[in-house]
Amino acid sequence: MKLDRRTFIELIVGFSAGAGGGFMATPVNWKLMDDMTIWSQELWPRYQLGGLKGSLPQQGKVTHADSVCNLCPGGCGITVRKVGDRATKIEGREGYPVNDGGICPLGAAGLQLLYGPWRIPSPLKRIGKRGSGNFEKISWDEAINEVVQKLGNLRQKGQSHTVACILGSDEGTVPRLFDRFLTAYGSPNFIRTASAEDTYELALGLMQGTTGSVGYDLERANFILSFGSGLIEGWGSPVRVIQAHSTWRSGDLKDRATVVQIEPRLSNTAAKADNWHPINPGTEAALALGLAHVIIKESLYNADFIGKHTFGFEDWSDSSGKTYMGFKRLVRTEYTPEAVAKITGLPAKKILTLARAFAKAKRPLAVWGRGKGTVSGSLYECMTVHALNALTGNINKPGGVSARPQVATRSWPEVERDATALSGSRRPRIDGAGSNRYPLTRYLPDRWSQVMNGGKAGAIQALLVHGADPYFTTLDSAAVAKAFDAIPFVVSFSTCLDETAYHADLILPNHHYLERWEDLPTPVGLQKPILGMLRPVVSPQFDTRHAGDVLMTIAKSMGGSVASAFPWDDYETLLKETMGDKWGSLEAAGYIVNEGYKPSAWSKAFGTPSGKFEFYITAFDQAGVKIGKDVGYLPHYEPVQPEGNPATYPLILIPTELMRLADGAVGNPPFCTKTLEETELKKNDLFVEVNPKTAADYGLSEGHHAMLETAKGKAKVLVHLFEGIMPGVIGIPKGLGHAAYDDYLAGKGVNANSLIGVVEDPVTGLSAAWGVRAKLTRV
Amino acid sequence: MKEAHHKADEKTYKFGMVIDLDKCTGCGACMVACMAENNLPFRKDNSDRLRSNLWMRVYKISNGRSFPDLDISFIPRPCQHCEGHGHHAATPCVSVCPATATDYSHETGIVSQVYTRCFGCRYCMAACPYHVRVFNWWDPTWPKGMSKYLNPDVSVRMRGVVEKCSFCYHRYQRAKNKAYAEERRELHEDEYQTACTQACPAGAITFGDLKNPEHKVYKLKKSPYAFRLLEKLGTNPKIYYVSTRDWVRKAGDVYLGKEGKDVTHA
Repeated sequence: MKLDRRTFIELIVGFSAGAGGGFMATPVNWKLMDDMTIWSQELWPRYQLGGLKGSLPQQGKVTHADSVCNLCPGGCGITVRKVGDRATKIEGREGYPVNDGGICPLGAAGLQLLYGPWRIPSPLKRIGKRGSGNFEKISWDEAINEVVQKLGNLRQKGQSHTVACILGSDEGTVPRLFDRFLTAYGSPNFIRTASAEDTYELALGLMQGTTGSVGYDLERANFILSFGSGLIEGWGSPVRVIQAHSTWRSGDLKDRATVVQIEPRLSNTAAKADNWHPINPGTEAALALGLAHVIIKESLYNADFIGKHTFGFEDWSDSSGKTYMGFKRLVRTEYTPEAVAKITGLPAKKILTLARAFAKAKRPLAVWGRGKGTVSGSLYECMTVHALNALTGNINKPGGVSARPQVATRSWPEVERDATALSGSRRPRIDGAGSNRYPLTRYLPDRWSQVMNGGKAGAIQALLVHGADPYFTTLDSAAVAKAFDAIPFVVSFSTCLDETAYHADLILPNHHYLERWEDLPTPVGLQKPILGMLRPVVSPQFDTRHAGDVLMTIAKSMGGSVASAFPWDDYETLLKETMGDKWGSLEAAGYIVNEGYKPSAWSKAFGTPSGKFEFYITAFDQAGVKIGKDVGYLPHYEPVQPEGNPATYPLILIPTELMRLADGAVGNPPFCTKTLEETELKKNDLFVEVNPKTAADYGLSEGHHAMLETAKGKAKVLVHLFEGIMPGVIGIPKGLGHAAYDDYLAGKGVNANSLIGVVEDPVTGLSAAWGVRAKLTRV
Repeated sequence: MKEAHHKADEKTYKFGMVIDLDKCTGCGACMVACMAENNLPFRKDNSDRLRSNLWMRVYKISNGRSFPDLDISFIPRPCQHCEGHGHHAATPCVSVCPATATDYSHETGIVSQVYTRCFGCRYCMAACPYHVRVFNWWDPTWPKGMSKYLNPDVSVRMRGVVEKCSFCYHRYQRAKNKAYAEERRELHEDEYQTACTQACPAGAITFGDLKNPEHKVYKLKKSPYAFRLLEKLGTNPKIYYVSTRDWVRKAGDVYLGKEGKDVTHA
């Protein structure tokens, strides 16, 4: 018998126990054991570890490299600790203008994505059935050739408009390259995946006449009124918002900011807030208008701003003498605290108190975008919240909200389009964005699959996906799966084997974000323009290529005007040229921030037809939006009905979003999944939150299995009794239910998107769904 | 005997933390940063917390009330590095370890864990009132290629031994080596910080020398809202928490009725 240390210790302990007789009574055994363990530790070799086969982590020179994280739209600066050529740790970059040293759990786990088995090792081609996960390795030449041939054929047949691209962003050089490719190739179908940005951009365009994304000066606000935004749960640029939250929680108690959360569920944000007001889900707009009512009635609004810089607050008449209702009259007549109390379930008294506190605060700020901001949402709801900011004169002010531009970079030469490109680009978009029905909307990411399934199955003949996982993140998973099935050629540029890649025909793996150069425009929600630069921290670990280079190679191989639209040698050349004189500082510092940026003064801020902030949206008529009723021109409450018959589905299901569970284009790494609570995931089963009262109605207790069913699908779940959720409402976390990736993520839980369908916003066509009707039965 | 290891003229510290629960958002970045820094393993199914291995664990506690009066708070819980009162044996885990695998350092105030000495009896786990100690039920394994990110400053642990938060002791050693090389004997406050402190996006964790008036923790622990977990046990832990919510402070001390009325903060 081989004597190892464990056996040795057992023998000695056993011997002394026997010899000593009264083992517990004498200290001799303990003393012996003590001496023996210290002495014996030097005799046996170091650990033999299964995973490491006896070798300890390799040593090397320690260095640090700065880059930017792009795992979410947060765009934090990171510092990677390297030992030799290995990246061993990701930390937040000190002094970076977004996150100053802080990091989120996903960002800190980024190396698991870099070195993980879910990386795609080389170009892959599907063999066997789609979705079976069977791929074969092919060479880059073969892979690129295949795309060139397929796209070339479509173009030759005059079907260039049936090619679509889905990306996670439309800013930065790589997304713009894809857009340019479609322009030169001849398709209008560039689609950006859904987010609250879709709606906020439109609201800003309509009310302020500005382009650009919303910027919140969170750090300087001192009364934050959040309409369901998961401020500390991944909303906006997550680390930045958490840091702003700490600012609100610093200083003397009496000087601290006040945070009020409006939400039907006690989220972490609600728990940390000074006041939490649970209201009936989907009635946020009514509450905003109720608050506006009190603010207007009690003259608590900013009279200077309202008087000089807004249009449509008071009733007004056009040149023909016709009178139109203003925002004031609408709100005064329709949204009394009593009426709003009935809709929202929040007592009138609380509405009064909240409105006064908000309007009287030094720097109040109303923020919008449910959860992490991963769904588009209702336009009118966004406008009502934005109207609150206008009432308090909180536009383009310190502690306020503004439309924020990007750091300017050099423009590219105009694409010279041939006849095919011209005719193809002029075809209507597959998702209906920009059509007569939805003239304002640029992308309808939740609609293209519905259109295809509604009788236009052949509308997309080829789909290129980059920086997005639409198969997983789009609402109504079954409809998306059906639409994907109808697309003959799906190409993924993903680094990891995500759901879209898993269901693709061809995967052209991009470098991981720590292996490549790429510019990263201003993170979502930031009030100052920032340009970050991803840079290679480690050399490519697999046979991958930069998506920018691959796309340009494809374009060049196609020849003609498609090729000539890409005059750059490679992506790095293009990047340097585009950054122009900024390249030097970007290369040296890793970022550019426009610290001195200030939003325009009120007199110059608004590009609306009236030149003012518009409560009454005159741009609707200009753009040809069919509004129908007078009230439709004003921010008002238009209930978004959750899908499903109340008789069959008596409960309401709302998605919840967790900081520790990534639910976007990036799958949750093992470290993050390990941090999930025991009441969120148990083995492979996902918990839904149910109020104990509701659970009692359905005979359910903690840990019971139940069948959760909606008009879109059903799933077996576990019940977690939670006093923080409104009776009659069920909460389901987003981010699980992957079939792709591998055993560390695949097969765990349910994809919330498979239970929730699209409810189209009547003006924008974007999904305004905030939940769905559901039933829960014990199984 | 153990005190004898320590020379009288050597610089000593009493490292500890003050964690602001008003700022803590429960995001979990501290847990992940700790796992990444200290080579913690993970498994395909980690949902059983009794078998899952976390050095830093964020607990979620509630005031136990019904909708809509429920309130929630998070309590990040690293090893409390108990000092006890008077002599070393008052640190619960140290006092029971038969293998001298864990010890209280009078140089740093850190409770150590020597994996090569531990033979897995788990007395320390039973003794620790804070459940900070975890047992390795399995040898750690990493998916193919993933061991590349392992930190060479921290040894990986084998099946059958107990492990716990070390206050990133290797970072202390690194900082001390650097200071000695520069002919200094004292570390600056920012030279030695734990991975969780560094990562926390909320800046909720402050780490430093509790007995050094120059360090931030010295002042923060004196907040009228500061408390320690299970203070009445006399473990004299070095993790302080700050919460302006009464129920959270009460929950942390686990007061029963009038108990703990006379508890003062050292």
